[in-house]
Amino acid sequence: MSVLEPVVELVRGLGQTFRYLFDRPVTYQYPEQKREVRPRFRGRHVLKRYDNGLEKCIGCSLCAAACPADAIFVEASENTDEKRFSPGERYASTYEINMLRCIYCGFCEDACPTEAIVLGDNYELSFTDRRSAIYPKEMLLEPVPTVDMTTPRKVETGVYKRSVPEMKDPTD
Amino acid sequence: MAQIEEVSIEQYKHLVSERALTGETMLLNMGPQHPSTHGVLRLLLELDGEVIVNAIPDIGFLHTGVEKNMEAKTYQKAEVMCDRLDYMNTVGNNLSYCLAVEKLVDLDVPERAQAIRVVLTELQRIASHLVWVGTFGLDLAAMSMFLYAFRERELILDILELCSGQRMMTTYIRPGGLWRDVPVEFEAAVRNFIKIFPKRVDEYENLLTKNPIFLDRLLGIGKLTKETALSHGVTGPSLRASGVNWDLRKARPYSGYEQYDFNVPVRTEGDTYARYLVRIQEFRESLKIVEQALNKLPMGPVRSDNRKFVPPPRSEIGVSMESLIHHFKLWTEGFPAPKASIYSAVESPRGELGVYLEGDGGPKPYRVHWRTPSFDNLSVIPKIVKGHLVADLVGILASIDIVLGDIDR
Ligand code: SF4
Ligand code: SF4
Repeated sequence: MSVLEPVVELVRGLGQTFRYLFDRPVTYQYPEQKREVRPRFRGRHVLKRYDNGLEKCIGCSLCAAACPADAIFVEASENTDEKRFSPGERYASTYEINMLRCIYCGFCEDACPTEAIVLGDNYELSFTDRRSAIYPKEMLLEPVPTVDMTTPRKVETGVYKRSVPEMKDPTD
Repeated sequence: MAQIEEVSIEQYKHLVSERALTGETMLLNMGPQHPSTHGVLRLLLELDGEVIVNAIPDIGFLHTGVEKNMEAKTYQKAEVMCDRLDYMNTVGNNLSYCLAVEKLVDLDVPERAQAIRVVLTELQRIASHLVWVGTFGLDLAAMSMFLYAFRERELILDILELCSGQRMMTTYIRPGGLWRDVPVEFEAAVRNFIKIFPKRVDEYENLLTKNPIFLDRLLGIGKLTKETALSHGVTGPSLRASGVNWDLRKARPYSGYEQYDFNVPVRTEGDTYARYLVRIQEFRESLKIVEQALNKLPMGPVRSDNRKFVPPPRSEIGVSMESLIHHFKLWTEGFPAPKASIYSAVESPRGELGVYLEGDGGPKPYRVHWRTPSFDNLSVIPKIVKGHLVADLVGILASIDIVLGDIDR
């Protein structure tokens, strides 16, 4: 090895880093600039509604059973056509997710037989105390499509009997 | 307030040399909160000036009870725990667990799922080695290396997010196949990575491989002989850098690794530099496997259609009562596994990652045990650091590539 070789190698390495001075940065200036998440991203949960405003959740507790972190608590009550929340017999009168326990595995979404609970794309979850990490149903439920579609509401009798809808296989 | 217990040298008498008792050598704690121990590892060092006389690893600071937790969950749900084991190799952990479950209940995996598993685990191996080369550089004061390595790792994490929705804790591989098929953008993203990555490895080599300062700090440091490595159960790149050609992907092929044409880099020097070279070479070999697997990615289903173990597709739930029952049963009760015990191992970026499962006929494992490579690899540290300087210990520790989540479980 000649005496010059170490110097050549050092200069080579320095040249490498020097070249990047003129390159476009790959970093994001978070929080001003946000990176878009992928369609499958598993973030904060959302409880979905049908196009007619009825809640998809039928209070079956399957998500709670499937959750490996025991983060979900569901309590179901009876629907009537006078006061209907969701199709079928029952709806979730209490639905809570403890966001501190949740590990965002998406098992609840997989397990839900009505596609009611879906992991959304919000990842900016912060709390100031443990109590506020428990998200109640009001926080999770998505807004109604139009103002007159709130739940509970009076519906025609005998129409919304079927609780598990026909669904397509998810693609993304 | 908690009582702070005073420790005396008496407690460590059996671990250190005679000279420590007389005060001739010094005892020093490195860690548990130390940036160069790659996690919460405490090393009790006995020093003669700058020279290490003894090094005693003290582990357990990151103990999370993964194994016990898994025993409390059904086979399906327990999988999320293994992502959290070795957090640099989450896809590989999933793979090893799923292979074990599949072996236990005798479940078949479609070809396409196997090929995608290979692509993703090899990408994850590259990502893990990237973190390794980055932190290794950082520990040896090559700061830019860290930034470059993480830049490329981002591309891989993006591919994982594309497939599974999570960058690290993917849980994408499931018993019987995959969670879902890969999205349409997958192939283009992986091809893009295959295109740019070789040039980036050249860049790393420009920065490090012949850098005189880097060489000075690595050559001949932390020599691990073949015999010591074998007697301590060292596996993975650290073993291959000591001249033993042992790679489970070749020796005990799984997931169709026998179809791919790749070399296992082996060096005989056994020093820190050899371990570096082996891993750099593995970047290129892993990329070869990714490319081959992608080229012959077969079409077809990605999960087994055995409804006793794999939940039915969503489109069936709304129309078939039987499917709905299977769906409910699998997500609540899980599937029973026979009364048997199996061991299955894969080659993780750090070495042999094995899982031992014992079924008792019920839906939960009776016993889960992980044979993690970092644990065994760490055990040679006391042997190979003796006589080196404290500054070298940092490099040696980094070159073994330990992950504390993997050690403490
Ligand atoms: S994402 Fe996983 S941990 Fe979180 S609530 Fe759903 S099932 Fe539970
Ligand atoms: S979210 Fe889905 S799984 Fe959970 S209770 Fe509602 S309908 Fe059942």
